[in-house]
Amino acid sequence: MKITKAEVEYVAGLARLEFSEEGKEMFATQLNSILSYMDMLNRVDTSGVEPETHAISLKNAFREDGVWKSLDPEEATKNAPEERGNCFRVPKVIE
Amino acid sequence: MEYETVIGLEVHAQLLTDSKIFCGCSTKFGATPNSHTCQICLGMPGVLPVLNRKVVEFTIKMGLATHCRINPEDVFARKNYFYPDLPKGYQISQFDRPLAEDGWVDVEIDGNKKRIGIIRIHMEEDAGKLVHDEAGPFSYVDFNRTGVPLIEIVSRPDIRSPEEASAYLRRLHEILVYLEICDGNMEEGSFRCDANVSIRPEGADEFGTRTELKNMNSFRNVQRALEYEVKRQQYVIEGGGKVIQETRLWDDAQGTTHSMRGKEEAHDYRYFPDPDLVPVAIDEAWIEQIRATLPELPVEKRERFAREYGIPPYDAGVLTTTRALAEFYEETVRLTGKPKIASNWVMGDVLRYLNEEKRDIQDSPVTPSALAGMINLIEKGTISGKIAKEVFEEMYRSGKGPEEIIREKGLVQITDEDALKKAIEQVLAANPAEVEQYRAGKQKLFGFFVGQVMKATGGKANPALVNELLKKTLSSP
Amino acid sequence: MAMEPYRLTIHELQEKLRQGELTAADAADSIFGRIAAVDERTKSFITVMRETAMVEARKADEAIRSGKGGPLTGIPLAIKDILCTKGVRTTCGSRILQNFIPPYDATVVRKLKDQGAVIVGKTNMDEFAMGSSTETSYYGITKNPWDLERIPGGSSGGSAAAVAADECMASLGSDTGGSIRQPAALCGIVGMKPTYGRVSRYGLIAFASSLDQIGPFTKDVEDCALLLSAIAGYDPMESTSVPIEVPDYRSFVGKDIRGWKIGVPREYFIEGIDPEVLAAVEKSIGVLESLGAERVDITLPHTEYCLAVYYIIAPAEASSNLARYDGVKYGYRSPEAGDLIEMYRKSRSEGFGAEVKRRIMLGTYVLSSGYYDAYYKKASQVRTLIKRDFEEAFRRCDVILTPTSPTPAFRIGEKTDDPLQMYLSDIFTISANLAGIPGISLPCGFSGDGLPIGVQLLAWHFQEGKLIQAASALERNAEIKKRRPAL
Repeated sequence: MKITKAEVEYVAGLARLEFSEEGKEMFATQLNSILSYMDMLNRVDTSGVEPETHAISLKNAFREDGVWKSLDPEEATKNAPEERGNCFRVPKVIE
Repeated sequence: MEYETVIGLEVHAQLLTDSKIFCGCSTKFGATPNSHTCQICLGMPGVLPVLNRKVVEFTIKMGLATHCRINPEDVFARKNYFYPDLPKGYQISQFDRPLAEDGWVDVEIDGNKKRIGIIRIHMEEDAGKLVHDEAGPFSYVDFNRTGVPLIEIVSRPDIRSPEEASAYLRRLHEILVYLEICDGNMEEGSFRCDANVSIRPEGADEFGTRTELKNMNSFRNVQRALEYEVKRQQYVIEGGGKVIQETRLWDDAQGTTHSMRGKEEAHDYRYFPDPDLVPVAIDEAWIEQIRATLPELPVEKRERFAREYGIPPYDAGVLTTTRALAEFYEETVRLTGKPKIASNWVMGDVLRYLNEEKRDIQDSPVTPSALAGMINLIEKGTISGKIAKEVFEEMYRSGKGPEEIIREKGLVQITDEDALKKAIEQVLAANPAEVEQYRAGKQKLFGFFVGQVMKATGGKANPALVNELLKKTLSSP
Repeated sequence: MAMEPYRLTIHELQEKLRQGELTAADAADSIFGRIAAVDERTKSFITVMRETAMVEARKADEAIRSGKGGPLTGIPLAIKDILCTKGVRTTCGSRILQNFIPPYDATVVRKLKDQGAVIVGKTNMDEFAMGSSTETSYYGITKNPWDLERIPGGSSGGSAAAVAADECMASLGSDTGGSIRQPAALCGIVGMKPTYGRVSRYGLIAFASSLDQIGPFTKDVEDCALLLSAIAGYDPMESTSVPIEVPDYRSFVGKDIRGWKIGVPREYFIEGIDPEVLAAVEKSIGVLESLGAERVDITLPHTEYCLAVYYIIAPAEASSNLARYDGVKYGYRSPEAGDLIEMYRKSRSEGFGAEVKRRIMLGTYVLSSGYYDAYYKKASQVRTLIKRDFEEAFRRCDVILTPTSPTPAFRIGEKTDDPLQMYLSDIFTISANLAGIPGISLPCGFSGDGLPIGVQLLAWHFQEGKLIQAASALERNAEIKKRRPAL
């Protein structure tokens, strides 16, 4: 087993997801079978090979510093599940 | 046991661009909540970032000013974590390929120079602002600050005392402001600092367990928080305990730090290169082009002022506090050729009047050319030093030039011998007893006669001439 | 009786509009009539935009009358619901975006609008484009117009089915691992994934940013060329957009391919391919040879690793791209949420479907502390080797020809329990996304059950013209495009 139930729980915590006990078992099984499949990559010699982040190699895509028209606050918060006074409202954040 | 303190600082400085790092929303502080936002900085589905060129240029400037190596290819990475003020669920930052690395700044502690190393300077985006409802179970998110460009400057753990930490911060602050890439406003959060602190027995090679201090929003608080934390760690260790690696918040009102333990979770930021952004390639030509625009930095300027103008190091220090003040001074010197007198006036009346009203040198109603004009009038003998004080005040209040004020108020110095002789004769005639005593040998009374003459002429008499004529008159029977 | 307008291709309709034989309003009417008649069965659309479309159609007629019409003026098109449309709900097939109304248009949408196209609706898709069958949509399963018991392919299944069922003249989809080419093959139409950076991604809801690309679904190759010309081009809103001139892709239609070298990679002709698919693909090679092209056997040695690389990189990027759905700014927030952490967990767990959660979990895992080098970095290195394979291969040939999908359309529910089996249906399409190269799928035959079979052509970066040229040669000579699904 590459991934244990405890790891499923840890990863779910990082991803802000929750699962039933049954769901965790199922994910552990499915992720294990997928990850075992991934093991084939260990057969490839990649020493000295640069990792590819972009399919096409570009450099230096810039925007010149200049202010554009922002959304109206009403427009910005229009899709908000909860809005008060042009702000997005969330359950209290305890610091 | 004697302990050695080990401090490393992480400084976040907001860059003075007009627009945000990845979109065109304004970076201005203090606007209506969410009025400086768009689909991009709100992290709406489908949006993409495009890097503001000026952010790169400003960061290169800071890298050069702190003697860093500018890396030829820099990569943005995503730092993944959830927080309501982080709209995309990740912060675009830099990880293993930051823009600048391996630099230093020198600070002065009790007259001794100390070099503090800089590990790296990288670019990233700021998060939004959370306001907590005191009464209700809610917090409110304003994304105006989201995407404002930041640089993070990470020092080496070279700092050995809270004083050094404070000196290092002041030095960074001064450089950022000199470069005009950050407004340095700590209250508005344009310049923020976190500290890593540990202590170890004097002479030990290994570092002790460190704590991370947050929430210190002034130079004074950084020093206070560090002093407190060092004492706390000593107390823990001497009591047989162990320092726990944790984040602690500075409480300004209590003057203590307290643990955030329990409210944090394991940090696993899952950094990876941001596929939506392409590498920033910086060649020598670009670096040299930016280097050419670097202003003279405070340390160099200070040394030059002392050398070139022959003013004391203290004066040089004060006059170079900001670039604008130094420019004001140098312009005054250029127009008068009198560095010491100019220094006295700028450090004296100019700064005193401005400080009283908490105004910046940029807003001074007295321009360098007005000040220089006045100094030149003193040098020519048109007005006395004493009258000049009055003229300066009027220049400051009204913004008028010195000649105009002198003309309007009739403050031109009296150098007409006949007029002065007349005034002297009147003073002597009015004080026969004193004349008697003086002539009998009471020489001290000479000052009294000078004062009376000055008074009679409304302070406008040329003092040297008064002296000369008085002596002549008193010695002739 | 004259042919129903909805049956027309873009270039046919364009001609009729120009001649004044039809108005854009007639065409739109015909399309909405067709949607009303068949969409209950195909379920191609999530949102039908009749009102705005009729306004656009009348505007288009205005423009045509005053001689200001362009190639797309008045043409009814459908848009995958992964592309943001200003003021029109955009769901990405997910519950979590159930009520999301974007304040902006995707660049491609704006381009289509600017050119006078009539947008008839937003099409169904696998949730967040994660799937190969359009079964993971929160808004129901799209059916294959050729057999309503079968899947249309995915993730752009709605866009493919809508074109195959004549519910629009053409549509846009997105392709991250085959999501345009595979459904095009399974629905018997033409679908192209352009070079990465050729068409702006701005406004395309991200699945895997380094792989996603927008492309057209059309009834024939000429329409593909026409629609590609309309959407391609540099966009300053995207850092990975490539500033290269856009040729008139239509000019490649019908051009001779004599002397071309057709690369046939042996790694793509493996066991497990449906024999009917294999036969149809072989026949296509024969057609091209008969037109004076030469078959060249080539090798792409890292082919077997593509799927593993893809299923590390795509979920890793997705896990980060989908972190923004947190119930704070837009989209679904669980009514059950008490404190902040619950708001996150419940909103995301209730808002995302099983496949999306599976990929977020996988992606989070491969990026997590201690695993980055073994998975993400390793996969990115192998990706470099995969790209080099193609670079090498294209020194020896003009285009590469492969099957698009190992099988024709499978039955609904057939692969939903085994993610790995589902992932294998993308085995021939994924490499193009990893290498960033363009690919096209076009019909090349039918199975004994009457299901369409597609052939895929690949070319080097920015060689979409070559794909159009080879595909149009194949299309004109293969004589298979006469059949239509019986709906």
